[in-house]
Amino acid sequence: MTSSPVVAQQGAMPYAPDSPPLDARSLALRRLVVRALRPGKRGHVGSAMSPIEILRVLYDDIMHFRADQPRWPDRDRLVFSKGHGCLALYALLADKGFFPLSELDRFCRSDGMLGGHPEAGKVPGVEASTGALGHGLPIAVGLALAARMAGRTHRVWALLGDGETNEGSVWEAALCAGKHRLANLVVIIDDNKLQSFGPTALVQDMEPFADKWRAFNFAVAEVDGHDPGALRRLFASMPLAPDRPSVVIAHTVKGKGIPFAEFNPDWHHKSKISESEFAALDAVLGTD
Amino acid sequence: MRATALKMVHELARQDPRVVFIGSDLGAGTMAEMAEQFPERTFMEGISEANIVGMAAGMAMEGYIPYLNTIAPFFTRRAFEQIAVDLCLQNLPVRLIASGGGLVYAPLGPTHMAIEDIAVMRALPNMTVVAVSDAEEMRRLMAASLAWPGPLYIRVAKGGDRVVSQAARGFAIGRAIEYAPPGDVALITTGVMLGRAQEAAELLRTNGIIAGILHIHTVKPLDVRAVHAAASRARLVVTIEEHSRIGGLGSAVLETLADRRDTPMKPMLRLGIPDLWPDEYGSQESLLEKYGLTAGQIAGRVRQAFQELPAQGRP
Repeated sequence: MTSSPVVAQQGAMPYAPDSPPLDARSLALRRLVVRALRPGKRGHVGSAMSPIEILRVLYDDIMHFRADQPRWPDRDRLVFSKGHGCLALYALLADKGFFPLSELDRFCRSDGMLGGHPEAGKVPGVEASTGALGHGLPIAVGLALAARMAGRTHRVWALLGDGETNEGSVWEAALCAGKHRLANLVVIIDDNKLQSFGPTALVQDMEPFADKWRAFNFAVAEVDGHDPGALRRLFASMPLAPDRPSVVIAHTVKGKGIPFAEFNPDWHHKSKISESEFAALDAVLGTD
Repeated sequence: MRATALKMVHELARQDPRVVFIGSDLGAGTMAEMAEQFPERTFMEGISEANIVGMAAGMAMEGYIPYLNTIAPFFTRRAFEQIAVDLCLQNLPVRLIASGGGLVYAPLGPTHMAIEDIAVMRALPNMTVVAVSDAEEMRRLMAASLAWPGPLYIRVAKGGDRVVSQAARGFAIGRAIEYAPPGDVALITTGVMLGRAQEAAELLRTNGIIAGILHIHTVKPLDVRAVHAAASRARLVVTIEEHSRIGGLGSAVLETLADRRDTPMKPMLRLGIPDLWPDEYGSQESLLEKYGLTAGQIAGRVRQAFQELPAQGRP
C-alpha cells in the first residue's frame, strides 16, 4: 500500500489503484470542474480530481438529500473538510441541481457565490465553511453528537484529505469521536498521496495510517477511491461497526483522469492556466 | 463569578432544551449537578480546545446553543482559528465562558493570564465581547445570553469580587450603564474595574474633581452613543481596564471618538496593562498595583492628568 520515499522522490506514483477506466459520468463531472477553471484560469485542479468518484457515489447512490430543500432536516450531512478541493463538490452540487450549472462560470469572481473555498450560507448544499484545514472533523463530531441528542437517524460524512490529517485538531476530534462511539459518523480520507509540497510520504508520512485510526477506536476500511462499484458497496455497508465511528481510506490519485496532472505537485493548485493547457484538458476529458 | 456563570448554564438548560455545556477537562466535580440532570447535554471532553470549539459549531448548526468553559487564553490563543472560522465566519450562537480574564492567574504566570483576549476577540467580525463587573451582573448577562444571536465571548473575573453593580440600572448586552453622570472627568470601565473606578471617583471627589462613571460591560458591539455622550460632557476621558493598552477598551473608545470628525477629540488617559509579559507572580491584586490599577493609583493618575490639562477656555 505504501511506497518507499525514494520511489516517491523519483516521481513514480506511490500507489496506482487498478481502477476501472473512467466512465462517461466521471468524465462529465471532471469537465464541470474544468468549466469552472476557465473564467479565472485557476483552481486546485489536482485536489478536485481525486475525490470525484467518492462524491459521485455519495450523491448518486448513498446520501439522502433534497436539492431544492438544502436544509431538509432529515438529510445526510457531508462536511467537505478539504475545502481547497471544492471544485469537485461544486461540480456535484451543480449537477444535482442545488444551483444552476452556470454558477460554475463565475467561480472565484466577484459576482459569483462559488469561492476558492466553500462557504456555508452562501452555497446551497455546503454544510460548513472550510478552507483552513483540520476544521471539518471537529464540526462533524458536533453534528453527529447533535443528531444523537435529537434522536435523529441521518448520517454525518466528513471528507478529509490525507495531507490534512497532519493537523492536530483532526486527531483531537478523532479521540472525541472514538470516545463517544459515534457510529453515525463516517470519515472518508481522500488519500491521494500528494500534498502541496510533494509526496505525503516525504512531507509528513502518516503510515501506518489505518493503524492510527484503529488506535483511535475507529473501524477502518480501505478502498480504491476511483472504483464506483467498490465505493458503492462499501458506503452502503456503513457503519463498519455498530458502536464505533467508521473511517474509509479511499486510495486515490491526485489529478486523476488527467495524465499530465496525475501525481504532479504543479497541478495541486494551478493558476494562469494557458489556452494550450485547456486544450490538453479538453483532449483528455472530451467535450460535451 | 465563574460559579455563577456555570450555575446559570444549568438553569438555562432547565429552561431551554437547546442549551448544551462543553468543558475541556475542568476541575473535578465541575457541572456535576447539570451532568446528573442532563447527562446527554453535558460534555466534559479532553484537553482539546480546537476540537471543542469546532464541535460546538457543529451542534450550533443543528440548533443547539453550546456554552463552553475553559481558561481564557486556551480559547483565545489555542483555538483562535476555530473561533474565527467555525464560530465567527459562520456566525453561530456559541458562548465562550473564559475563566481568569486579565491578571487573575497571576500565580500561574503568563501562560494562563489573559491580557490581550479582548483585543483579539474584538477584532473578529460577528463576535460579541462582554466583561461584567461581578457575579450579580454575570447572572443578568447569562440570562440575556440565551437569546443573543451569534458568538459571545464572556470574560470571567476571579470570583468573590465585591458586588458593585446595581440591578436597578438594568442590563442589556451592548448597552453601557452609567453609574455616575459625567463631571470634570469621565471614567469608562470594563469588567471588575467598575469597582475600582467607583472607589477612585470617591477619592477624586475629596480633591474637588467630579468623575462620571460609564460601565462598558459589552466592549463589542460598543455603545457608541453612550461613549460619545460621556466624552462630550467631560474635560478628560479615562479608560480603565485589566487588559493590555493595545486593542482593548481604551482602543475601542479612542477609535470611536476619533471617528467622530465633527467633534474635537477630548484629552484621554488610557489606563491598562503595559505592552509586556507580566514578569512577576504574586496575586492579581499585586500585579494590578504594579501596573497602577488600584483605586488609589487610578485616582492619583487621573488627578495628575486632570491637573496637566490646558486651562479651560484656552484654544
